[in-house]
Amino acid sequence: MTTFETFADTGRKAVSSRRHKAVSSRRQLRLPSLSRDVLLPYLLPAVLVLVWQTGSSIGWISDRIMPSPAAVLAAFWEAASSGALANDIAVSGARALAGLIVGGSIGFLLGLANGVSKLSEQLTDTTLQMLRTIPHLALIPLVILWFGIGEEAKLFLTSLGVLFPIYLNTYHGVRNVDRDLLEMGRIYGMSGWSLFRKVIFPGALPSIFVGLRYGLGIMWLTLIVSESIAASSGIGHMANNAREFMMTDVVVLALLIYAALGKLADVVARALERRALAWNPVYQK
Amino acid sequence: MVIGPYQHPLAFISTDVADEPPPRDFRISPPKAVALKLHKVEKQFGDNRVLRGIDLDLEPGQFLAIVGKSGCGKSTLLRLLTGLDVPTDGHIGFLDEEGRETASNARIVFQEPRLLPWFDAADNVAAGLGPDVPKPEARRLAEAALGEVQLAEKAREWPAKLSGGQKQRVALARALVSRPGLLALDEPLGALDALTRISMQKLLNRVWRELGCTAVLVTHDVAEAVHLADRVIVLEEGRIKLDLPVPQPHPRRHGDPVLAELEGQLLASILGEA
Repeated sequence: MTTFETFADTGRKAVSSRRHKAVSSRRQLRLPSLSRDVLLPYLLPAVLVLVWQTGSSIGWISDRIMPSPAAVLAAFWEAASSGALANDIAVSGARALAGLIVGGSIGFLLGLANGVSKLSEQLTDTTLQMLRTIPHLALIPLVILWFGIGEEAKLFLTSLGVLFPIYLNTYHGVRNVDRDLLEMGRIYGMSGWSLFRKVIFPGALPSIFVGLRYGLGIMWLTLIVSESIAASSGIGHMANNAREFMMTDVVVLALLIYAALGKLADVVARALERRALAWNPVYQK
Repeated sequence: MVIGPYQHPLAFISTDVADEPPPRDFRISPPKAVALKLHKVEKQFGDNRVLRGIDLDLEPGQFLAIVGKSGCGKSTLLRLLTGLDVPTDGHIGFLDEEGRETASNARIVFQEPRLLPWFDAADNVAAGLGPDVPKPEARRLAEAALGEVQLAEKAREWPAKLSGGQKQRVALARALVSRPGLLALDEPLGALDALTRISMQKLLNRVWRELGCTAVLVTHDVAEAVHLADRVIVLEEGRIKLDLPVPQPHPRRHGDPVLAELEGQLLASILGEA
C-alpha cells in the first residue's frame, strides 16, 4: 500500500533534485558577476555625473546655472570639514525622525482602531478622509501663525504629512486580512489580543510597510519645504541660505544630500520589510 | 500497510502515568469520541430553507460522509455541527460515552488549508491547541502531530514553500493535535490532484482509525465517500434522501466490487434515477 506513496515521493524528489541542480548551476554562472548586481543600478547616475562634468568643463553648462560636480564636491568638502554639514544633517535627521515617530504612531494607531472597530471607523474615518485631501503644505501660513518658526511648526507639518499614508495603508491592511484566516483563528480559540497578534497584525504588515515607505518620502518632502521657509539650521536652511548668496554649488549639494538621505531611509525600510516579511514568497530568495 | 508504533503526543503531559499500567494498545484515549444526536434541525438564511428537519444519530467513532449536489445544504450542516453557525430550529446534541451531553470539541478542515502564512508549519499546527498550552509544549505537540501526517521534516517550513497536499496535511495535523472528539472535513481533498488525493485518503483513513474520533466528511466525490465512510447520507433540498451503511472493513481496496455497487446506488440517488 505504501509502494504507491514511495514511488510518488521518489519521483518528486528526483524532480526537485534535478531542479535544484539547474538552479545551482545557474547560480554558479552568475556568481562571478555578483558585483554586477550591486553596481549596475549606479551605472546611470555615474554616466549622468560624467556628462555633467564634461559639460561644465567645456563651458557648455554655465556655472551660474549649474555648478560642476567638482565644485559640488569641493563645497561638500568645505562644509564637511568645518563640521557644519554634519550638524545640519543631524538636525534635519532628528526632525525627520521625530515627525515620523509622532505622525507614524498616530496614523498607525488610528488605522488599527478603525480597521478593527466599526464604531471608531464611523467616528473618525470621514473626518480623516476630509483632512487628507487638504495639501498639508497649504497649512504653512497658518502653522507659522500658530507655532512661529520654531521646531513645533516643522514637527507638526512633518507629522501631518506622514500620518495619512500610514493611516490609510494600516487601515486598508487590517480591513483586508483574509476573512477565512480570521474565522480559522476564532475556531481555534483566538480572540482579542492573540487574534490581533497572530492574525490581524501580521496580515496587515505588508500593507503597513507600503504606508511606511510612502510616508518616508512625504517626510523628507515636508521637511525640505518647511526648512527652507523657516529654519536657522538643517539642510533646508543650508540650501536657502546658499540661494541668497548665489552659491549654486551648495544648493546642489543640499539636493544631493536629500537624495542620499531619502535613499538611506528607503534602504532601511526595505531591510526591515525583508526581515519582517520573510514568510512572504515575494521576499524569499 | 504497517502502522508504526503510535505514541500519543499528549501522553507525556499526563501526571499519573506511573500509576497506570502501560497502554496495551496504540489507541490511548484522550480523544473522547462524541456521539451526535440531531433532532429536527432547521437552518434558514432569509427565506431560503437550507436544512429542513434533519434527524440523525451518529455513534461515537463512526465515519459519516455527506454527499449531494451543490447547494443541497451539506456544508451548512457541517458548519452547524462544528458550531460555526447555529441552527434556526431543532437541536444538536453531543453525547459522551455514557450518553451525557458534552461540549462538542469539534475541529474542522476546510477545502482551503487556511494556514497562517507568517507561521512555520509547526506553529500553524500549534495554533490548533488553542491559547492555553504553553509555547514550548505546544511546539513539541505540534511537531509530533506533523509526524503523524508524515511531515515531521517540514516543521520549520513556511506554508508558501509547501505543496497543496502538504499544506492540507498541515491543516489536518492542526485539527488533530488537540485530539478532537469530532473531526469535520469540508471537502478537504477537493482542491488536490487525483494522485495526491488517493494518498490523502489513505492518510485520513489511517489517522481516523488510530485516533478513534467521530468523523463527518462532506464531499462531492461519491467514490471517496464510500471508500472512507461507515455510512453515507445523501442530502437533497435540505432533507436526508438516502442513508446507506457501508459495511466493508477498513482499510479498503480501490476497485472493491461491493464499494462500486454502493457507489452506483448513491450516484443514482443523487442524480434522481432511483
